[in-house]
Amino acid sequence: MLNTRFDTIRGRAVAVPGDDIDTDRIIPASFMKVITFDGIGQYAFYGERFDENGYRKNHPLDAPQHQGAAVLISGRNFGCGSSREHAPQALYRFGFRAIIAESFAEIFFGNCTMLGLPCVSVSTEARAALEAFSNQHPDKDIEVDLVNCVVRAGDQSYPFTMKQSALEALREGEWDPLAKLMANQDAIRATAAKLPYLAWNRG
Amino acid sequence: MSKNLYKKVWDAHTVATLPGGANQIFIGLHLIHEVTSPQAFAAIREMKLTVPFPERTVATVDHIVPTDTRERPFQDSLAEGMIVALRDNCAEYGIRYFGETDPDQGIVHIIGPELGLTQPGLTICCGDSHTSTHGAFGAVAFGIGTSQVRDVLATQTLAMAPLKVRRVEVNGKLSPGVYAKDVILHIIRQLGVNGGTGYAYEFAGSTIDAMTMEERMTVCNMSIEGGARVGYCNPDETTFAYLKGRKYAPTGADWDAAVQWWRSLASGPDAEYDDVVVIDAADIHPTLTWGINPGQAVTIDETIPSADQMPAEERSTWQEALEYMKLEAGTPIKGVPVDVAFIGSCTNGRISDLREVATYVKGRKVRDGVKAIIVPGSWHVALEAEKEGLPEIFEAAGFEWRKPGCSMCLAMNPDKLQGDQLCASSSNRNFKGRQGSARGRTVLMSPVMVAAAAISGQLTDAREVFDIQEA
Repeated sequence: MLNTRFDTIRGRAVAVPGDDIDTDRIIPASFMKVITFDGIGQYAFYGERFDENGYRKNHPLDAPQHQGAAVLISGRNFGCGSSREHAPQALYRFGFRAIIAESFAEIFFGNCTMLGLPCVSVSTEARAALEAFSNQHPDKDIEVDLVNCVVRAGDQSYPFTMKQSALEALREGEWDPLAKLMANQDAIRATAAKLPYLAWNRG
Repeated sequence: MSKNLYKKVWDAHTVATLPGGANQIFIGLHLIHEVTSPQAFAAIREMKLTVPFPERTVATVDHIVPTDTRERPFQDSLAEGMIVALRDNCAEYGIRYFGETDPDQGIVHIIGPELGLTQPGLTICCGDSHTSTHGAFGAVAFGIGTSQVRDVLATQTLAMAPLKVRRVEVNGKLSPGVYAKDVILHIIRQLGVNGGTGYAYEFAGSTIDAMTMEERMTVCNMSIEGGARVGYCNPDETTFAYLKGRKYAPTGADWDAAVQWWRSLASGPDAEYDDVVVIDAADIHPTLTWGINPGQAVTIDETIPSADQMPAEERSTWQEALEYMKLEAGTPIKGVPVDVAFIGSCTNGRISDLREVATYVKGRKVRDGVKAIIVPGSWHVALEAEKEGLPEIFEAAGFEWRKPGCSMCLAMNPDKLQGDQLCASSSNRNFKGRQGSARGRTVLMSPVMVAAAAISGQLTDAREVFDIQEA
């Protein structure tokens, strides 16, 4: 089972400004009363995009010039809070294929990686420049180059960082680890055999 | 230098090192609930995989259960669909399931410890970020996504890179009216909501050592609110005394062997850390949030920060928070009117929380116009409270006494804020819209501070309302 190997992701970008954007905001809990992720994309940032009567509130995600954007730009500590995979699932199903932010919350970052949704971290200055670019040139692609670890916008490029294990997993097409985990059956049994608590009564 | 607890537990559970440097980690206890597991079961069913260690997974229903009635089917057909899916999935794969009326049911992070399933030295995971709660026992416990729930069901392992470890040492005696909740809110305020990213927090020092297990759980519970996926305390006599005799704790010779192993896991005096932070308990006062993340907090005597008190990089979030909360910079937090009071959640829904609240609300009355609800964390908590006569005290004071569940912490059940109501809450997150209304406002604080807010109808100092003084 080999997943897609990522090298460069290209797409038009949209910025959702702000720091510490939490996963409750990305997908409100009221849309998690589901047993599949199908159709969850339409609820991304719902509380920010719609008022209580269901009318649009002029959120960047609904701006005509940003329809079809595949790259999301945001601030510090993006995806903090709940571990809900519904958040990256909603963003992926909304159409995003890469997220650029100053930094990411740990669990969200891992959840995105396991979906093949790269999260790259850039400096405050680069984030501001990319945000400005996406606003001025909503019709132009931004490139997230995972081989050279740079984001390109127009004639500018900005270095990004990403946890090495995630970067390699995405480049090598091994971001969904299940096959690798399953291949180690003997080692799993051997580790379990050494853990004292598996043998205790009522354990 | 010796290994800290995190490293010892991690190494003992390492199955393999994967390409890219992540480890394959064996999971000692996998907890599941109705919200984050159905897609994982669907995936293993579709891939025709088995569950090789079904006895190492335990399920309960907590997020969507109504707290006024347990009558089935639930009025909310989506909630009913979720509970049916969980029950059927557990039956199909041979997983222990505590349903909505089971005496062992409750919030997953309350029942793990009270049943003795949570033990030192285990790796514990759950599709829920507050899994860090279980770290109070010296377990390495963390939240995971649904794809990882799939991995654990299918292999009892998951892929994860190890964390760095920061020792957060809190020393000294807490003043009367200052609780474990204030300790963790203070830590988050000091270290930031993303200060713990990439770290496990080891909570230590004389303040933590003197805490009960329930207090340690409150502290570890909110590690993730400081960005730390894992928070833990070293196991000690307090830990062992709590666990002894619990339903799933080992007995006899196995108990003795267990205690010996648990002792060996604690970080020694020469343990190595990536970082150390020292906090003086004397600096911790009753703390509450004013904004839209748990780090935006002040003590009850402070004013809501003004622009010049905010670092430049936090000013836009500060502005956004003030607008959302409808609060004015530079004004006292004390005196802000409260519409709703919520006591419960995996942070503060335990028996010791309820006992403490009962002590102070006995003979007092919730202010007219304030909706006040108390939701026990589990049936065991509820039954113990009933045995001690606490519900009568709460109801006489004007609080509603509910059935166990997550309730208004995240409002996936019918308990929700309306419009822009402001809620004094003993829960863990004050995010925009968190309590069920897109304009709802949450102020986090200790249960006793919530009780004081309910009684005075405004954010207030519980020490004044309840005359809490040095003994």
